[in-house]
Amino acid sequence: MCSGRVDLAYVLRAFSNGIDGVFIGGCRLNECNYITHGNYHALNMVLLCRRIMEHIGLNPERLRIEFMSGSEGNLFAEVVNDVVKQVKKLGPLGKSEGLDPNELKSKLAEVTKLVPYIKVVMQGKLASRLENPEEYDGLFTSDEIDSLFRDVVSYYIDPQKCQACMICAKRCPVEAIISAKNQIHVIDQDKCIKCGTCFEACPTRFGAVTKISGEPAPPPIPEEERTIVRKSKGKK
Amino acid sequence: MEYCPVQYPDQFNQEISQNKAVHIYFPQAIPLVAYIDESCLYLKENKCRICEGVCKNNAINLNQTAEIKEVNVGAIILSTGLEPFDPKVRAEYRYGEFENVVTSMDYERLLSSTGPYQGEVLRASDKKHPQKIAWIQCVGSRQVIPGGNSYCSAVCCTYAQKHVILTKDHYADAECTIFHNDIRSYGKDFERFYERTEQLPGVRFIRSYTSIVKENPVTKNVSIRYSTPNDGVKEEEFDMVVLSVGLNPPTDAKGLAKKYGIELNLHDFCKLNPVNPMETNRPGIFVSGAFQGPIDIPESVFSASGASSQCGELLDYRRGNLAKERIYPLERDVSQEEPRIGVFVCHCGANIGRIVDVPSAVEYALTLPNVVYAQEQLFSCATNSAKEITDMTKEKGLNRVVVAACSPRTLEPLFRDTLREAGINQYYYEMANIREHNSWVHSKEKEESTQKAKDIIRMSVARACHLQSLQEFDLPVNKTALVVGGGIAGMNCALSIANQGHEVYLLEKDTDLGGIARKLYDTLEGLDVQAYLSELTRKIYQHPLVHVYTDTAITEATGYVGNFVTKVKSARGVSEIKHGAVVIAIGADVYTPTEYLYGEDDRVMTHLELEEQIAQRDERVINSESLVMIQCVGCRNEDRNYCSRVCCSESIKNALKLRELNPEMDIYILFRDMRTYGFQEDYYREAASKDVKFIRYEPHDLPQVEAGESEEGRPVLKLTVTDLILGKKLELDADIISLAAAVIPSAVTKEVAELFKVTLSPDGFFKEAHVKLRPVEFGTDGVYLCGMAHYPKHITETINQAYGAAGRVLTLLSHDTVIASGSVCEVEEKKCMGCGACIAVCKYGAIEFRETRQGKKAVVNPVLCKGDGLCNAKCPTGAISLLHFTDEELLSQIDAVVPKQEIMQQIEAANVPN
Repeated sequence: MCSGRVDLAYVLRAFSNGIDGVFIGGCRLNECNYITHGNYHALNMVLLCRRIMEHIGLNPERLRIEFMSGSEGNLFAEVVNDVVKQVKKLGPLGKSEGLDPNELKSKLAEVTKLVPYIKVVMQGKLASRLENPEEYDGLFTSDEIDSLFRDVVSYYIDPQKCQACMICAKRCPVEAIISAKNQIHVIDQDKCIKCGTCFEACPTRFGAVTKISGEPAPPPIPEEERTIVRKSKGKK
Repeated sequence: MEYCPVQYPDQFNQEISQNKAVHIYFPQAIPLVAYIDESCLYLKENKCRICEGVCKNNAINLNQTAEIKEVNVGAIILSTGLEPFDPKVRAEYRYGEFENVVTSMDYERLLSSTGPYQGEVLRASDKKHPQKIAWIQCVGSRQVIPGGNSYCSAVCCTYAQKHVILTKDHYADAECTIFHNDIRSYGKDFERFYERTEQLPGVRFIRSYTSIVKENPVTKNVSIRYSTPNDGVKEEEFDMVVLSVGLNPPTDAKGLAKKYGIELNLHDFCKLNPVNPMETNRPGIFVSGAFQGPIDIPESVFSASGASSQCGELLDYRRGNLAKERIYPLERDVSQEEPRIGVFVCHCGANIGRIVDVPSAVEYALTLPNVVYAQEQLFSCATNSAKEITDMTKEKGLNRVVVAACSPRTLEPLFRDTLREAGINQYYYEMANIREHNSWVHSKEKEESTQKAKDIIRMSVARACHLQSLQEFDLPVNKTALVVGGGIAGMNCALSIANQGHEVYLLEKDTDLGGIARKLYDTLEGLDVQAYLSELTRKIYQHPLVHVYTDTAITEATGYVGNFVTKVKSARGVSEIKHGAVVIAIGADVYTPTEYLYGEDDRVMTHLELEEQIAQRDERVINSESLVMIQCVGCRNEDRNYCSRVCCSESIKNALKLRELNPEMDIYILFRDMRTYGFQEDYYREAASKDVKFIRYEPHDLPQVEAGESEEGRPVLKLTVTDLILGKKLELDADIISLAAAVIPSAVTKEVAELFKVTLSPDGFFKEAHVKLRPVEFGTDGVYLCGMAHYPKHITETINQAYGAAGRVLTLLSHDTVIASGSVCEVEEKKCMGCGACIAVCKYGAIEFRETRQGKKAVVNPVLCKGDGLCNAKCPTGAISLLHFTDEELLSQIDAVVPKQEIMQQIEAANVPN
């Protein structure tokens, strides 16, 4: 397993569990054990997560990544001691930052829910390779993260346009589309991961799936109004 | 060990610290077992016997005597290693006299975390950290004096740099000074390493001979006298002086030679056959490692693997006769059962048991969900303990096993085996590391350490609940090899493989075999390269199992370890070759200089062109009055930050040849560092003694060349260079200028790398799996490497590596199947949104799209997957997962870091207003 396997969701889970600091150890940069240089991806994930932490008011110093080789036991011990010292200095998670525990919890839950969306939006940047530490700060900017959360998209199926063809429902990777034959489809916003698959899948001649940016999707139409009365059938 | 009353100087720690009569030689010793040596009181004076009484397992037998055993063997490999030079033979080094003069071997131990002071560098005189440290290079090497060695020890420049880097890591403000002659950073990546060392703050490289003059009677500091062109003779005091001692032949090399009937060279190393450096003069006796001469780790590994390949050539008909196949019971399907976890907590003798309260950890494990059984063990890895795990697994109906002991790196395979023996899938095994991650680093915090052991066990148990049964793949192995490149490397490798009964396809891009060696005529040691080459080529063409393809281009390479398919276009037409292994031996090219009027004036040539003209006895060259060679053309610069390794000795070779043909000629060699490492040093000395003039230049002040006339009106090349010793400009008239042009990666390197999915080093040569330990194979399974494609090297070194690669190929091809790990990625098709994020990051090409009715879906070819799991972290929908390291398994561990109730307490505590 590579340090690039460490998922953004794992770090968020640790913080959600009340862990005060997270340290990720990876192989030395450019000394990949595989051929993938996944440690650069781990670094990008950390840079992103630190910006997200800033965004929700957590001290980004609680998350750290360092690169070392298997023979550098001394360095490992040194770094771990330093991380522990730093985290102790920062104090308990949230409290030291003046965050209300419930507020922190809900913020972390909200971000965790958006992890799939963040992976889609940031795919290119998360896979980039920054050779120069001076570039680290610029990979993700605070403004970018602010707008990421501000303009978060939602997908909505326009009941007027939906032809209940079930294509989107079959494609949806998380089974978030409530559908049946002749039933107008509805996206379960709790399950939806905002990947946009339905948007792509909906036949262009229907164009029923719409992408909404920066505001929540309208409420779904009530269950009793979902049955489609097909005009063509009526004529026959 | 704890009870042994004997205290005597620890041999492994260079006698700096004390050890017991019962001890483990060093922490990474194999086998990692304790033994009793001659300092034992019972053995010396027939008393004590305390250890016998305290050993619970009755493992101590003080009456063992030496036994003589007779073993019949078909071949012998002499890998006796070397002996470090002992500076005590020369009083002027003051070793043993001044307390703060240490050898590099002593310093190596001081730096080590398992060393005498646990990784702290302390002075012998006052146990304080030295602030100012000096290294003296070439101690016992490059000196023609009684007790010294005339050759260069080849490794000391780089190990001293390593010492400096580690010292600066330990103590950032340490002042480090290296007194050196030439810096010989000729190995792969060594030039960058040299540069890195040189650029550290507080590090000085001073090119000067030195003498150790005195010891300050109060501070015990040591004074060194040295001289520099600018400041003249100076004396400076250091807190510690490290002697970079060279490499001697093994102790009693002569006795060894007599015993085995082999010949030694002038320096008492083994006498080598230049075209088969693993061969001694006695058939069936081979040599590997530093008994060949002063060599570094990669070269030792080449020759080790190479010697084994030669044994294979002799003994192939008996391969596998002593191997026994294991038969395991049928696996029980437990996937539908509730997890029933057994936890085995290891004392590891005193390693864990002395720090961690093991019984309390066992008790704790029993309180964890799904744990139905727990016990302690003295050494879980001991044969009886391993059997106990198997037996208890059967008896208690366990379907998951957690062993809390050491790092999985060494022993996980053993413990997985205990599950297989019990009829449980081996992937239901989980290891909790409570030694390296715990007892070894918290030896002074027993209580906390016990708590941490419990935490680690809890996390492992949590993960174990989610483990799945996985199947490993048995991949069939096609017994044929493909060798890409028909130079000296490729041909030797192909022959060694074919001599062990395997078919080999040898591909050459040119019309003729031979590669760059076709341009060489002889070597420093006097080998007739062309005669050797035609003999080698003849052997290749005559071998019934070697199929040669010339004028070849590879059009496609697919497949994986054991099962490659390569399509080629060649003189034979278009063919498809199926093979189990591939060796990349595509060699290297020579840089075409743009410097020093090369290409503009035909009196300027490369060193290889000079060699050719000498061989042809070209009159213009041989009769020239003055000939200048310029070293390091096209490398050791910004564009190519490496040393081409072979050019210094190439120029020495040409100079000696020219001197022989024309004793009157003025021959100059303009160099930066003469890198005639190892035994080549003797030829450097010979050249200097035969009036070949060596002038050193600095990279920022390169020699200048222009066409002109000599004082007598002879048309010459005018060459200006600064003489660094005299500190003024020298003007030389040259009839011929020879440029030591760099060795550069072959033009097709990138193409070949992409075809076989292997990687390149920053310098553009192929990147081996591990620079020291796996220098003839790639990270990609089934692909091997040898020759100049890896890095510039001499013919003898190339042959070492070619046999080395053949040895590794045989370890693969001699098996009928290879086992691929079950820990690979898998796609849950329904969840895949077809975004391709996984495909983009998989450099192994293990993931592809497949068209389905629901659009494009990713599929993994498990054979190509290496289990890094990068794709898993990229997948937005969680469709792809790395088996054995799934989200579920890892998240369960994260959730178990802190026990639930503790989190709740913490949250509540945090809620209490101040």
